[in-house]
Amino acid sequence: MSLNTIGYYFREAAASLVRNSWLSMASVGTVIISLLLLGSALLLVLNVRHIISRVESSLEITVFLEDGLEEERLERLEEEIKFVPGVARVEFVSQDQALEELKKSFGEKAAILDGLEEDNPLPNSFRVKTRQAEMVPEAAVQLSQLEGVEQVRYGQGVVEKLLALTRWVRLWGTLTIAVLGAASIFLIATTIRMSVFARRREIGIMKILGATNFFIRMPFMLEGMIIGLVGGLVVVLLIYFGYLSLLNKVAMTLPFIQLISDPAVLYRVLGGLLGLGFGLGAVGSAISLHRFLRV
Amino acid sequence: MIQLYNVSKIYPNGVKALNDVTLHIRKGEFVFLVGPSGAGKSTLTKLLCREELPSRGQVIINGRNLARMKNREIPYLRRKIGMVFQDFRLIPNKTVFENVAFALEITGASRKEIKKVVPMALRMVGLEKKAGMLPAHLSGGEQQRTCVARAIVNNPVLILADEPTGNLDPETSWELMKLFRDINRRGTTIIMATHAWDIVDAMKKRVVELSQGSVVRDEESGGYGYES
Repeated sequence: MSLNTIGYYFREAAASLVRNSWLSMASVGTVIISLLLLGSALLLVLNVRHIISRVESSLEITVFLEDGLEEERLERLEEEIKFVPGVARVEFVSQDQALEELKKSFGEKAAILDGLEEDNPLPNSFRVKTRQAEMVPEAAVQLSQLEGVEQVRYGQGVVEKLLALTRWVRLWGTLTIAVLGAASIFLIATTIRMSVFARRREIGIMKILGATNFFIRMPFMLEGMIIGLVGGLVVVLLIYFGYLSLLNKVAMTLPFIQLISDPAVLYRVLGGLLGLGFGLGAVGSAISLHRFLRV
Repeated sequence: MIQLYNVSKIYPNGVKALNDVTLHIRKGEFVFLVGPSGAGKSTLTKLLCREELPSRGQVIINGRNLARMKNREIPYLRRKIGMVFQDFRLIPNKTVFENVAFALEITGASRKEIKKVVPMALRMVGLEKKAGMLPAHLSGGEQQRTCVARAIVNNPVLILADEPTGNLDPETSWELMKLFRDINRRGTTIIMATHAWDIVDAMKKRVVELSQGSVVRDEESGGYGYES
């Protein structure tokens, strides 16, 4: 393949894009919308996972015990807790320790707790950590059924809500993105079909002159790929700058929320989106050529 | 060079276009295909460039059986066959030069080669001064000569012309025929389907007459020979 031939492919693809400029732009538009949604959903899910993994390390279950349990019973209970599925670590917190910690958290006002040492109202407890945040609710239920356990508490709600959010985003995000992806492919295919139609006479002449199928198809393939790539490029820029400004805003107003700021992760997401745009374009063209350019 | 053995062609809609045609054409021959409309002249040319496959029989060009040819080999067969049509089939938004160059471009030829070969073809058909013009600004004869230049630029072994003078006035037709004769003298085989009886009579070349899909006459240096 000579340089001249490659130049020919690009010239023809560009000419077609300009000729059907409205349809080309509509196709680029759908690629942008679908990739933008995909990118946003992806970043949301990644960030929620990131946050959960950080919450996770501080997330523990507190198992409050009934009063007056014997030393022997406490030791047995610790063993039983270790056998609950998902449990990674167990730590005994005595009444006295619990009071100490409470005092610490009160800081300067700890004085109001003075005198409680005599008749400590706090129960003995176990601090339990699970291997993953997802295992907390299940483990909590099992722990509450153990004998001698009075009550089980954990960051109730937070974990469930975060998990529900990711599940929701995954389900609806996947559906929406699938529909929009199909729409982009369809529109790209339509654009290519119009290009083929506009040039059917020329295609006939090319066949007579002995052009290979590859040669005839290449400009149209390229046209779809350019549509996909342009859409992908716009999305990459939008998401890159949008996300950077989001990071800034969050860092200013909600400093305790730590979003993903690792460039490696970000570049991988952006690269994936660009590649996907390219892929959408290629698939759209291929479908159209398969159906409308039987040579 | 070209052999047809008992070739029949029946189109899917039931039309019998060719019926048991056996024909041999040697390298360097100039053959007129004559006969009324619907006699099978166009079908015969379509079989030769592998646009259609015969329903029965064999078509062999340069020892290659076209029925056994794989799809991806067809373009390379067509590059050896120059085609000229009644309606010229030029690309309207390309200049004369670009139209002729296109036949080379699709073969992956380099710019350098195109710049060398295209002017030679244009000189052969006498259009070197109109290289930069669009087909719409040319006369019918000039458009057809552009088409001939495009057909010969690849150095084909065979030229298939389907009523090349059909849209031209008599004088222009004669000039075009002289051009074909020159090309033929340089060794290129030419097969021409035509209704122009005066040209056929004057050229004194081999005439193959088709009627209802069969060869009814095949004579060296013949005349048109039937009333149309």
